[in-house]
Amino acid sequence: MPYIKFSNVGITAIAGAVPKREIDNRHYTHFMSEKEVETVISMTGIARRRFSDADTCSSDLAIAAAKRMIEKTQIDLTEIDLLLFVSQTPDYRTPPTSMMIADKLGLGKSVGAFDINLGCSGFVYGLQTAFLFANQPGIKKVLLLNGETKSKAYSSKDKATSLLFGDGAAATLVEKIANLNPTVMSMNSNGAGYHYIIMPGGGYRKPSSAATLVEKEFPDGSIRTDEHGSMDGEAVFNFTITDVPKDIKATVAEAGIDWDDVRYFVPHQANRFITNHIAKKFKVPADKILYSMDKYGNTSSVSIPLTIAECLPEGIISDKTLTVMTGFGVGLSWGTVTTDLHGARNCGICEL
Amino acid sequence: MLNKIISLMAECLEREPETIQASDLFRKYDEWDSLAYLSVIAQIDDDFGIVVPIEDFKACRTIQDLASYVDKHKA
Repeated sequence: MPYIKFSNVGITAIAGAVPKREIDNRHYTHFMSEKEVETVISMTGIARRRFSDADTCSSDLAIAAAKRMIEKTQIDLTEIDLLLFVSQTPDYRTPPTSMMIADKLGLGKSVGAFDINLGCSGFVYGLQTAFLFANQPGIKKVLLLNGETKSKAYSSKDKATSLLFGDGAAATLVEKIANLNPTVMSMNSNGAGYHYIIMPGGGYRKPSSAATLVEKEFPDGSIRTDEHGSMDGEAVFNFTITDVPKDIKATVAEAGIDWDDVRYFVPHQANRFITNHIAKKFKVPADKILYSMDKYGNTSSVSIPLTIAECLPEGIISDKTLTVMTGFGVGLSWGTVTTDLHGARNCGICEL
Repeated sequence: MLNKIISLMAECLEREPETIQASDLFRKYDEWDSLAYLSVIAQIDDDFGIVVPIEDFKACRTIQDLASYVDKHKA
């Protein structure tokens, strides 16, 4: 779709939340050999992750991130007019989770709230939605929450996915703000690749049943049920190094900026091999690329704001702050954002 | 091109170039796995400016097949 542009809306605060429980990938599974595990770690750069306990949902992590942001910014809760919750691990199949979160945060009954079902492109898509609403004259603040407990969605015996995903949440505040570099945003999709990343059972195409919970063995030796997520790593890889760089290049060109002016490049934390490959195409210097996947793994739509919260010093972000973010994944769907983080408050990350 | 693909394969798979022949079915190498696939696809993209589509890559069975494909489609 055409680019969306803003010159008077920006991100004004970011906070993250992760579970306390740390998983060391070297001691996570006996299903893969030590050599296989080392190969995956050296390729992906994912050595550790955070896993939530059985009682903690994405919403709990999102509430923790939101509360941290509210505490650090001291914002007036009555100014939050809309809450967006991006997740693929909601509390229930119905009702949506966003309304419950809004209630628990004490945002009152006049707040708008809805869920967005997206994975690794979810921050970029969610941010565009937040900016579009925040641009309305009557709307003061939009609270974008991303939360995932992907650890509960994948089989620990799946060689393609078992060492990748981690849990976490992020809160991002969006509102009108003057004197920023313009924001340019892109959204793309390709539903022909819907089956590249899929949880085939448990929806209404193939409802949950005893059969969808039976473990099956696949040609690579992986074992999972139809209610586990699955990923065709090779197909997804080809997509990420074909379509994603084209989109980044075009969006940066549309914004009229030069990579020399960009201070931070924040790719979705899919894996280090992919992000390095993409960064290399644009000759982005290593010190401009933000990473947190070594510590938190791939946290799906949470990864971009969580990485910003992890890598930048806590407090007001100032000086050169032009930032390029790119998200890509399930759908397939992908998008890029060039925006200015000047004046935004990094509220850091709390543990739950 | 054949020599370039042999050295690219040698680097990605950490094999000695002398052990790689034009007629080799490269998927039979002990070192071949899904991560080797990623390395090879990425390296071809770096060196020749093309991402080989999955179906086309599947059709390449030998080192020579891959060299011919890249030669024909390189940027």
